[in-house]
Amino acid sequence: MGPEEFDRNVELALADAQLRRNFAFAMGSFIARRQAVFSDAAQTERLRGQGQALKRRVLSRLPELLEELEANCTRNGIQVHWAETPAVANRLVLDIIERHAATRVVKGKSMVSEEMHLNAFLEKHGVEVVETDLGEFIIQLNGETPSHIIVPAIHKNKQQIARIFHEKVPGAPYTEEVEELNAIARATLRRKFAEAGVGISGVNFAVAETGTLCLVENEGNGRMCTTLPPVHIAVMGLEKVVEKLADLPPLLRLLTGSATGQFITTYVNLISSPRRAGEKDGPTEVHLVILDNGRSRIYADPELRQTLQCVRCGTCLNHCPVYTRIGGHAYGFVPGADRQDPQPPGFRTGPGRRPHHGLEPLRRLRGGLPRQDPHHRAAAAPAQRGGVTGGRERRARPRQPPQPNGAAGLGRVAVSQHPPAGQPPAELAAGPHRQRAAPGGAPGALDPLPKGAPFRPHPAAPPGEGDRNQR
Amino acid sequence: MTETARDRILARLRSAPREEAPRPPEPAIGTAPELSGRIDQLTTRLEAMRAVVRRTTAALWLEALIALLRERGWSTLLYAPETPLGAAIENAWAQDGDGLPALVAYAEPIESFKERLFTVEAAITSTAGAVADTGALILRPDGREPRLMSLVPPVHVAVLQAQSIFATLEDAMRAGGWAADMPTNMVLVSGPSKTADIELTLAFGVHGPKELIVLIVE
Repeated sequence: MGPEEFDRNVELALADAQLRRNFAFAMGSFIARRQAVFSDAAQTERLRGQGQALKRRVLSRLPELLEELEANCTRNGIQVHWAETPAVANRLVLDIIERHAATRVVKGKSMVSEEMHLNAFLEKHGVEVVETDLGEFIIQLNGETPSHIIVPAIHKNKQQIARIFHEKVPGAPYTEEVEELNAIARATLRRKFAEAGVGISGVNFAVAETGTLCLVENEGNGRMCTTLPPVHIAVMGLEKVVEKLADLPPLLRLLTGSATGQFITTYVNLISSPRRAGEKDGPTEVHLVILDNGRSRIYADPELRQTLQCVRCGTCLNHCPVYTRIGGHAYGFVPGADRQDPQPPGFRTGPGRRPHHGLEPLRRLRGGLPRQDPHHRAAAAPAQRGGVTGGRERRARPRQPPQPNGAAGLGRVAVSQHPPAGQPPAELAAGPHRQRAAPGGAPGALDPLPKGAPFRPHPAAPPGEGDRNQR
Repeated sequence: MTETARDRILARLRSAPREEAPRPPEPAIGTAPELSGRIDQLTTRLEAMRAVVRRTTAALWLEALIALLRERGWSTLLYAPETPLGAAIENAWAQDGDGLPALVAYAEPIESFKERLFTVEAAITSTAGAVADTGALILRPDGREPRLMSLVPPVHVAVLQAQSIFATLEDAMRAGGWAADMPTNMVLVSGPSKTADIELTLAFGVHGPKELIVLIVE
């Protein structure tokens, strides 16, 4: 997609009042929730320091850890495959499916599979692929891609989803009741889980020490995909490896706290082997596909290397003033997930303008982003001259506020109040830094916080941060 | 020998300039709350995530379970016959199963049991412990107590021994020596299955259990 097309997308997105309402509400809610679980600044800073040290240790020994992961997975009976490109990874996955003569695949949410365009590839080869995460299921029915890496269908409201279900799910009545929509998805997908020959999942952390694949989720579809079908294929980018099992607790806390404002997800899966003798369920084969797709080149660049610390929590999207207004589709790729050319997670130097993000919490408050951003742009410039420089680029780019240090909440890139639809992008830079989320979290917050628990929005937030909690 | 993708990827990584590894972070030190404090914290957290928690004792847990079952009136209960929990249940049902759900044993491989599994209304499993600070049960399924028991039926009843409630996940891992002995699958469960994918509206039971009921045995 060229810069002109991106411009058109931006104009369209800005004029779409529905889309803007949906994103403003959702992103505001996420910010409030995250603040609520990370309300203790000192504790949060310690946790972030821990997470960063753990990820930097991984990068300091990346090739050795990948070998250790492979050895331990293999010892456990997990079959490990390596792929330099998405094309090779897709072919590896298809070969496994064909070897089992499977025609139906159920799939849990996996951003690396978005990067691979795995579904399109498998479908082209006659394999039925069913996305089972509710958000992914909705957009798959409608032939769309995710607009957010954590909540893929957040651009849709329930009326739109009601129509999609009614039109695309055989026998589904028209209903706008969220409970009923969930029930339709549950009934439809239970059948698919039971019938699938292969389950495909991503990986949040792969533990080298024990050969364990860790997956977090709330719905249980991940457990279904990795337990019911006779074959499980996990796909991961090579940066997902961690050293030790004991590294998981702080990393999980950072990931789930940042992604959804939860202390822990409903399910944390630790998968270490296929079904063993005497066990009655679980897949009899587990495969792990480790994808490079440019990550080893990023690793070689000292400036870009730290982007491999990203845990893909999606916080950078929630706080990006551009993304919050135009949504994920305007970019022509899935920010934070889909990368048509090899880029670190959370970053893109694709053609033309892109979100000013990279605010992921493991790195963001410790420098990195402001320095890296021009670096990315410079790297992209020779190929796309004119696309990354020039007056309009400057105009559309939001002002970069000073990086806060040590604050528990996210940066001051607060989501500002949304100007009326149709405002030109130039407004983005000048929006008042206010935030519309309701105090105490939005209605329907993922995790209602326990009453009287110590984790509450910080009552004495520093000036400039506090107003976000009050409105 | 031909060079593989693996060799090329690892070679590229190895040829990159190395950075010194930072010291491993200090493990979080904190005094674990007393057992009663851990039970309270776990209860608060689980309830916040819409799990139902009932506290009982070693002498009374079976009565508590039976009261729950009579109250709720499920027609079938999936259980694991080879576990101590399963034996206790069989025993109780043999004495007086009147008005209790019909027992369904998970006693054969999923390949022949799948259709039956998808029709049971509730399941009961043991747990390998719990984590108080985040609020989560630790499930360690095995050959006797399979993985799908706590996933497929719409209701999951979990029996938790109070003394196996750890303050943190770190504590649970250390005390249980997890790193040296990872089973096929372990799962932390903090509530019923849920989603907020439609307008961020919270809804339960999208794929896994719609209800999680925890009996804490003190």
